[in-house]
Amino acid sequence: MKTNYPSASNPRSKKLVKPAIDWLRIGVHVIGSLSLIMLIYKWQTTGLTFNPIQFIEQYLGRAAINMLVLSLAVTPVVTLTGWRKLSKHGRALGLYTFFYFSLHFLTFAVLDYGLNLREIFKLMIEKPFIIIGSSAGLILLALATTSFKYWMKRLGKRWKKLHRLVYLVGALAVLHNAMALKGSLTNLSGNIVRPLVLGVLITLLLVLRIPPVKRWASSLRQKSWIKTRVFAKSK
Amino acid sequence: MKNISIPSSQITPKDVYLSRRDFIKAAGVIAGSLTLAACGVSPIQANPDVTPSSSQVSDTGEIPNTFDEITHYNNYYEFTTDKEGVARMSGNFKTSPWDVEVSGLVNKPGKYSVDDLIRKFQPEERIYRLRCVEAWSMVIPWVGFPLSKLLAEVEPTSDAKFVRFETIFNPDEMPGQKQPYYPWPYQEGLRMDEAMNDLAILATGLYGGELPAQNGGGIRLVVPWKYGFKSIKAVIKVELTDKQPATMWETIAPNEYGFYANVNPQVNHPRWSQGSERRIGELSRRDTLMFNGYADQVAYLYDGMDLQKNY
Repeated sequence: MKTNYPSASNPRSKKLVKPAIDWLRIGVHVIGSLSLIMLIYKWQTTGLTFNPIQFIEQYLGRAAINMLVLSLAVTPVVTLTGWRKLSKHGRALGLYTFFYFSLHFLTFAVLDYGLNLREIFKLMIEKPFIIIGSSAGLILLALATTSFKYWMKRLGKRWKKLHRLVYLVGALAVLHNAMALKGSLTNLSGNIVRPLVLGVLITLLLVLRIPPVKRWASSLRQKSWIKTRVFAKSK
Repeated sequence: MKNISIPSSQITPKDVYLSRRDFIKAAGVIAGSLTLAACGVSPIQANPDVTPSSSQVSDTGEIPNTFDEITHYNNYYEFTTDKEGVARMSGNFKTSPWDVEVSGLVNKPGKYSVDDLIRKFQPEERIYRLRCVEAWSMVIPWVGFPLSKLLAEVEPTSDAKFVRFETIFNPDEMPGQKQPYYPWPYQEGLRMDEAMNDLAILATGLYGGELPAQNGGGIRLVVPWKYGFKSIKAVIKVELTDKQPATMWETIAPNEYGFYANVNPQVNHPRWSQGSERRIGELSRRDTLMFNGYADQVAYLYDGMDLQKNY
């Protein structure tokens, strides 16, 4: 990281008094909060359909999966482009995933089922697609709580292993989504385009992390002088 | 006929209800004409042939959903899977003139225009609950005539055991039909005795006016004791057969959607619970009723059948 902070002993560094605006960080938070802002905007303008609770529930679920795909894309994008600055924002994107998942779950438990705990618990252990969604949620909860530096240090090497579970979350979330829609992945029929696209995307992102593939992908970048030139500046 | 499980507090006095409905109807017609006028289609005209609330099953005491709700929250994959988008996407769909061909195991096959059918069978208002398999529901004032009247007209032979229905296939006007993941055209079926039950109607209108494209115009089936997807829209073919017809959703996912698809809170969909539902316009869930509250009229059809197996 560049250090643009002025040194007190050098009065000539006045030009650099203002710390550089971290546009990348701002961008990440804009992307992260966009889904929520758009939901509120829709609520205030066209309204949330004639079945608002179901709409909010499904919308937040989709937002959580979108954020998950974005956070999974961070490492592969760094591999392909060498844009290293990006890698430290994976955590924020992961936390946004957890944020939208939490809102999705709260909508299900509070708005949809009115905190009827017996009914909610029954659904969570009886209905396959809710069992799968809940498992994904529980893993996300574990990942979110251990995403802080304290846990990173405490868990050491195990932290990385634990956080690889995010790919399992991806698989479970897509399955949960596919099962909640009318259609059948085994027959390749019905409302399956979105889960298929997401499934392929997550698999691709996972493949790009397999060490030999990763090496090959980054060698591709080093050969291409254009990319090196473009991204060298931002390093 | 008595209706079960409707608390008296929900029953609106008839005069209040009628004036409310007139208001909604007027508002609906105006709203309808405005949107349609913008698309260059003639506005919906109230149908003079209809005598409202003449039906035995119309006084369920439940307040119908608004015209706006009924015409802007539609499950109609032929146009789009976005329920709010169907009204927009179906704006140019021509529902009139509309012909229905009746064929198969009948003595008098024929082709009928919806105008013919309306003249012949004098549609009446039927206020029915509609329960979607996705666990939402509405109350809808259809205008229609019993399917049995049409079947009597064509004289089914003694071999006829089932009725098969088919939706129009027209991908140019129904862009959803370009999607390759569905076995278009949509088809549905009823057993003969189900088809002859008085609750089963062919609807030609809504709220006293024409049947909007997004609700299944030119003409649609309405079988209120079954999940909404059984009530096939934009029907162009009615065929009497001796074999149980394949249906769209049964073909796609046979372990989830059966041929009968009766509303049944005891038979869980493998994915989601069918014990409760959300009525559009309400915030809390209500319990789903056996046969959608029409058990008195239809339960006899399934005597001795294992409904857990024949879902």
